[in-house]
Amino acid sequence: MNDNKEVLIKVTNLKKHYNNGAVKALDGVTAEIYKGEVVVIIGPSGSGKSTFLRSLNLLELPTSGTIELDGIDITGKHVNINKHRQKMGMVFQHFNLFPNMTILRNMTLAPTKLLKKKPAEAEKHARELLSRVGLADRADAYPSQLSGGQKQRIAIVRALCMEPEVMLFDEPTSALDPEMVGEVLDVMKELAAEGMTMIVVTHEMGFAREVADRVIFMDGGVIIEQGIPEEIFNHPKSERLQNFLAKVL
Amino acid sequence: MEQLLYNIELFFYDLKGQFILNFIEKDRYKTMLTGLENTLKITIAAAIIGILIGILLATIRSTYDKNYETLKRHKGLKYYLMSILNFVAQTYLTIIRGTPVVVQLLIFFFIIFASSKNGVAIAMLTFGVNSGAYVAEIFRGGIMSIDNGQFEAGYSLGFNYFQTMLYIIIPQVLKNVLPMLLNEFIALLKETSVAGYVAVTDITRAGNVIRGTTFSPFMPLIAVALFYLVMVLILTRVVRKVERRLRKSER
Repeated sequence: MNDNKEVLIKVTNLKKHYNNGAVKALDGVTAEIYKGEVVVIIGPSGSGKSTFLRSLNLLELPTSGTIELDGIDITGKHVNINKHRQKMGMVFQHFNLFPNMTILRNMTLAPTKLLKKKPAEAEKHARELLSRVGLADRADAYPSQLSGGQKQRIAIVRALCMEPEVMLFDEPTSALDPEMVGEVLDVMKELAAEGMTMIVVTHEMGFAREVADRVIFMDGGVIIEQGIPEEIFNHPKSERLQNFLAKVL
Repeated sequence: MEQLLYNIELFFYDLKGQFILNFIEKDRYKTMLTGLENTLKITIAAAIIGILIGILLATIRSTYDKNYETLKRHKGLKYYLMSILNFVAQTYLTIIRGTPVVVQLLIFFFIIFASSKNGVAIAMLTFGVNSGAYVAEIFRGGIMSIDNGQFEAGYSLGFNYFQTMLYIIIPQVLKNVLPMLLNEFIALLKETSVAGYVAVTDITRAGNVIRGTTFSPFMPLIAVALFYLVMVLILTRVVRKVERRLRKSER
């Protein structure tokens, strides 16, 4: 990473409480995400890492704290969150493709309706992306006709059709059969190499080690430790991270 | 035994006579035709009113349920408006589904629209209002049965709630609820047979009126029953065809 880092997302003291504070999914998270950076968030289940990721585009409404995207606090009352969500692509654990639409329609729906792209233009872009992930021949198929790995690759390019500034990945390989994990990670690696800003919640430590610019370790709703993969995996400072790594590596 | 056999024999012997007596004499078939026309008119109009009311109520109820957290957070005008609308919708559903349709029909005819004597129009409205409550629950069930991930996928692409509903959720809901909706209209068709309570000559009343004047119950009542049966069979076939087609596009 270069030194003149440009902040894309700035999260300040983010909290998410349930049941009037009885459950604290996020308990004061402060972090900055820079342009072009690949950040991988790891941590045990229930550590708040998914909640944190889903808060970034307000799929989860934080109890308090602020999230700035390009310098604008998107948690504000009068912010049009839908406009900001267009800049943040999201990939889900369970793909969430639209089952009643063809792959092509899945990909062109948002660009034509929201970016007001012409259907032909949106389709051209979609087909380019499809051939980049090796699925050009599946454009007219329905999601139910695809394998899990193919569905997730489609989900990634569907998000890319909106030409987002940042991509959020919420455990993108957790619902996949082991032999399909590789093909999805490959697409993500390619995306990272192209300079896309990515925030990835995952259990794939190999991916974190290889692709991440920075790894964030969360537990109990807070960030315990963060740093470059080499530091996190080879020289963990906190006991909790050491325990966690002992279990997963 | 002999008496029974005699009756049966007499009955078949006189089939032609009964037919002429009940339908041909004094143009009685015209009463049946009027009844047929009214039953179909009431059913179709009620189905349309029911769908409109149903979609409106289902939209209000599920919008409230799905956005409760966001609405409550902002506590603005929208929150209070949605709370009131939701309360009204809820009350509507409770009252309509908690009382028999005959009672509703009598109340509409003798109390609410006491000044109007247009029974057919009042029956259309009553059955529409009644059906709307059931259609609403069918639609709401359909909306709630769509995986939340579909909403989240819509939001994450930048669609607002109504765009997500319109482009992503509703098309899936329609597909899922179409068979149930058609079943509701089969039930509606049969329910309109109580329209005679407010002096509407529907097919049931037409048959009964003829029976009353000819004192020959067999022909008119069986004709009425056959009419409903044929209509229901046709609609059931439509339901089955639609279901099969929907399943095909899923594959």
